Amino acid sequence: MSSLAEHSVVGLCIPIAERSATIHSDQYRLPIMTVTAPNTVTTIIGLEVHVQLKTETKLFCGCKTQFGAPPNTQVCPVCLGLPGALPVMNDRAIELAVKAGLAINCDIPPMSKWDRKQYFYPDLPKGYQISQFDLPICGEGYLDIPDDENDGDTVRIGITRAHLEEDAGKSMHDEASGTGDTRIDLNRCGTPLLEIVSEPDMRSSAQAQAYLTQLKALMIHMGISDCEMQEGSLRVDANVNLHINVGEKKIATPIVEVKNMNSFRAVEAAIEHEVVRQYDVWQETGKTIKEEPKTTRGWDDTKEITFQQREKEESADYRYFPDPDLLPVRILREQVEAIRSTLGETPDQTRDRLPGQYGIKPYDADVIVKSGSQMVVYFERVAELSGDGKRASSWVQQDVMRTMKDRQIDVSDFPVDADKLGDLLKRIAAGDIDNSRAKDVFNHLVDNDQSVDEAIQSLGIESVDSSEIDALVQELLDANPKIVEDVLSGNEKAVGALIGQAKKKNPNANPQVIRETALRIIKSK
Amino acid sequence: MALSELEVRKLALLARLELSDDEVRKLGPQIDSILGFVNQLSELDTEDVQPMTTALDVDNRWRADVVTAGLSNDQALHNAPSRDDECFRVPAVLGTAAAKNA
Ligand SMILES: [Zn+2]
Repeated sequence: MSSLAEHSVVGLCIPIAERSATIHSDQYRLPIMTVTAPNTVTTIIGLEVHVQLKTETKLFCGCKTQFGAPPNTQVCPVCLGLPGALPVMNDRAIELAVKAGLAINCDIPPMSKWDRKQYFYPDLPKGYQISQFDLPICGEGYLDIPDDENDGDTVRIGITRAHLEEDAGKSMHDEASGTGDTRIDLNRCGTPLLEIVSEPDMRSSAQAQAYLTQLKALMIHMGISDCEMQEGSLRVDANVNLHINVGEKKIATPIVEVKNMNSFRAVEAAIEHEVVRQYDVWQETGKTIKEEPKTTRGWDDTKEITFQQREKEESADYRYFPDPDLLPVRILREQVEAIRSTLGETPDQTRDRLPGQYGIKPYDADVIVKSGSQMVVYFERVAELSGDGKRASSWVQQDVMRTMKDRQIDVSDFPVDADKLGDLLKRIAAGDIDNSRAKDVFNHLVDNDQSVDEAIQSLGIESVDSSEIDALVQELLDANPKIVEDVLSGNEKAVGALIGQAKKKNPNANPQVIRETALRIIKSK
Repeated sequence: MALSELEVRKLALLARLELSDDEVRKLGPQIDSILGFVNQLSELDTEDVQPMTTALDVDNRWRADVVTAGLSNDQALHNAPSRDDECFRVPAVLGTAAAKNA
């Protein structure tokens, strides 16, 4: 559980405790255990998560999916819904959907198909969304999440299904012009989404948070999605209701679907709010799931409340039918197995492996793993080439990640590739270049397509001839077997005596380099 | 199975069609006759027939995930009834009922 989650839980328990007259806080937190108390409340949560698949192009046309382009510049007749334009499936989207399904242990049925979900909205130019109704690409699966009540245990959350669908465009309310018009940008229209629907298996907002954290880490690690909530590449809807034991009787409150939550923190807060609100409404009206259909509520992040969304009476009637423009998707067992073989380690397995293999701290391994599998590959290559896992970890987390963030670039497009950084760090380890100059070289490489040697030359850095130093230190060690013995028995300070002698032979020798070289030679024996 | 006026009005609403009372009365029996025509299919014995999703004998027509040229902003907006420099313009939309996946 992340520190954010712990923080949120503590913060959010306060209003519940204040309402102890309505729900006793202990009963709320341990609802299943306190069977003897009247009105035991169990929270039932299911989540629908939309992840945007990391493709170059849209689901049914060759338009770019890149975020942040000027409005209506990544569009074509297909995604604009112009008459006569026909959709063609993106093979990468299908591959990523299957990969995501396998990562969450889903069955991949041999056939799935496309359906039209029909509704009118200006950001949906065709008048229908291409989605999957009865034959989704991924069937039942599950995700194991850490159990927040029993350290080391896991809780299994069922996955009902995961299906592919196209995204809608973006509506922007234009207050500036004074006309009250809505402006429509269709760049996002047709972008591939995978909607992952969970079973109503979560029992607390903390569990919902743990599920989302786990799912997000998995999707990033497998290269399936960037999962940037701010950019809309991960969206969450929560279905929440309460099971209340009234003496011998068991009732359920009407199900509420909460939308528009823009962070995991908001998901948690919205669930907490619904628990209290639904309990209060039930006490007031006595209405149960039998008397009221599912309703939709929005989340107001500033007021920290959910609110009833205006719904037109026909809203639920989408009149799904099979899309006649598209052929069914048939996935051969061999294809499923081929994709399964690319899954590799799970994030948990990588997180467990890195500290032992590279001598880094679990915390650092976690940061690297959370940045996705490409970053793991990058780190491992740098660590292997430089022969120094700790140094590689610190450079990757500070210099590489910071530059990537500043310049908004991906690890695959990062100008200093793993081979170059590995080369540079190896030279630091060998004492050829000091740390601050290495940073200059790194910054130079970010902007110039050069080798490490070329960069060092361009910057006019005089590299120390390491073979000369090696020879000098070797000569001194041969002449001072006592120092070697002392170091081997644990007294590293003994090498200090060599520095004066080395200086006499070569006045330009760097004391730090002499020390490191001596230790390296002694330890490699 | 006769279609009630209420059902015709609901269908019209879903399809965003504005029908006069006369049209509602006229369309009801017409839709009925279409449904009756399609209903003939239920006379067939489909006991051992697998559900079919397409009449074509092909599937998996996929394309590679490669960017192709689309339309320029000006081309895209060319036929819009209302536009500005960048966007389509529509009358203010407030409700969220239809925005299932917005
Ligand atoms: Zn397009």
